[in-house]
Amino acid sequence: MLQTDQYNINIGPIHPSTHGGLHVEAVMDGETIVDAIVHVGYVHRAVEKIAESRTYTQFIPYASRLDYLASHLPTMGYVQTVEKMLDIHVPERAEYIRIIMGEFSRIASHILFVGSLAIDLGATTGFTYCMRDREKILDLFEMTSGQRMIASYMRFGGFAEDLPEEFIPAARNFLKNIPQMFDEYNHLLSGNEILQARLKNIGVLSAEDAINYGITGPNLRASGVDYDLRKAEPYGIYDRFAFDVPLGEKGDNYDRFMVRLQEIEQSGRIITQALDQLPEGEIRAKIPRIVKPEKGLEVYHRIESAKGELGYYIVSDGGEKPYRLHVRAPSFINLMVLPLISRGGKLQDIIANIATLDPVLGEADR
Amino acid sequence: MSEYDPQDMLQELQQQMGEKLVIYQDRFFTFLHTNPGDLLALSRILRDKYGFNHLADLTAVDYIDSHGSFEIVYHLYSIPANRKIVIKTRVPANKPEIDSVFPVWPTADWQEREVYDLMGITFKNHPNLVRILMPDDYVGHPLRKDFTMRGRENVTN
Repeated sequence: MLQTDQYNINIGPIHPSTHGGLHVEAVMDGETIVDAIVHVGYVHRAVEKIAESRTYTQFIPYASRLDYLASHLPTMGYVQTVEKMLDIHVPERAEYIRIIMGEFSRIASHILFVGSLAIDLGATTGFTYCMRDREKILDLFEMTSGQRMIASYMRFGGFAEDLPEEFIPAARNFLKNIPQMFDEYNHLLSGNEILQARLKNIGVLSAEDAINYGITGPNLRASGVDYDLRKAEPYGIYDRFAFDVPLGEKGDNYDRFMVRLQEIEQSGRIITQALDQLPEGEIRAKIPRIVKPEKGLEVYHRIESAKGELGYYIVSDGGEKPYRLHVRAPSFINLMVLPLISRGGKLQDIIANIATLDPVLGEADR
Repeated sequence: MSEYDPQDMLQELQQQMGEKLVIYQDRFFTFLHTNPGDLLALSRILRDKYGFNHLADLTAVDYIDSHGSFEIVYHLYSIPANRKIVIKTRVPANKPEIDSVFPVWPTADWQEREVYDLMGITFKNHPNLVRILMPDDYVGHPLRKDFTMRGRENVTN
């Protein structure tokens, strides 16, 4: 084969297909990718350092801003970690509302994933359909907290406010429309020959590599590993709901796409059950005015966020502020395999590979 | 491999490692406290014999003021057996060096780079130990306690 000089192509840091400030240096031989060097850190805001100078309560809005596309999930992870440290029991109603808000966040994130993947592959129509549907979820968030994207609705021990009256009918209305939504996505995207050609057998990640590299969430399940923290280590009240864990077979881009599409359906199932069982009652436990976990206590708590295993490691020195707070960000670790799955492919595939790994840079860079 | 009793595992580990391993528990986790020198050996046993194949989180805590050392924490999970364990080890502040666990769990790659970048701990035999979140020409390690929020006072390199 004819060998040419290798050259580098910079993708990003400012490029619509990198979903934020991500810089990928593609080392090319002709049109084939020899290697990809990932540079992260463009949105680094030292969240872990900031945490050491804020009280536990003051950090809640910062946690929401980690994964701004599914902001209830990182918030839930954080408040649950601190509740674990303080041994706070959250009221039943609040637990159910957490499941509802968390799963709606997951759906919003996955819908945006489908839409941004579509536009990255040139299917602008797919993007507009997805944005239209996601808008309805953001409307639901606005009803509850006044904020559409970064809600900071959760508090230690529960919620700031109860659900408004109009929320439950609107939520049920959204769930009723999911099958129709799927018909549209399937006609427009999953059944589309061009989309399949761009995704199938591209960016293959084997189950072994996925586990070795610490890949979690939909990306891991697309490689066929049945590991969902909502099942493996149920937090909150996830053990009360019936839902399936969608798995892929090959771990290619198409599997990662289909797993997320099916997860939207499963999240819908969970929300339906939660709405049916939603009890009346308190929405916030009594918590001390000043949050001070006991000295020397440390907790690592992890949840299944939209992107994978989101963990918080908090060390307390008995003061009002965390001594150390570390965020195990799934997007950061998932990005590690981008070079691995891109090598040997073509330049245009790298765009699809980034899109199906679904990183959110606010969380990767912290 | 996934069928074993966690208590048996702790006993076996204690027999094998002897005084080099201190095992203790709290409400949430079982901790294995070891010397930096025995870390790789312990990691290999945990992965190969007991199936701890998922290194979920690798981070460090600055205890220079109280103990003159950094604590490095590894949160391990076994996906097939659904178990968890934590390895802890301490490196002195004046010589913050430890073996990289990249050969055991490749996911340590970026996580160790992050700890190197923000805490200034060197991981020996890491394939590519360069800064990851801060710019390459940055001086100092921001997550150390002597790096104040006001900026670069008393910066140690």
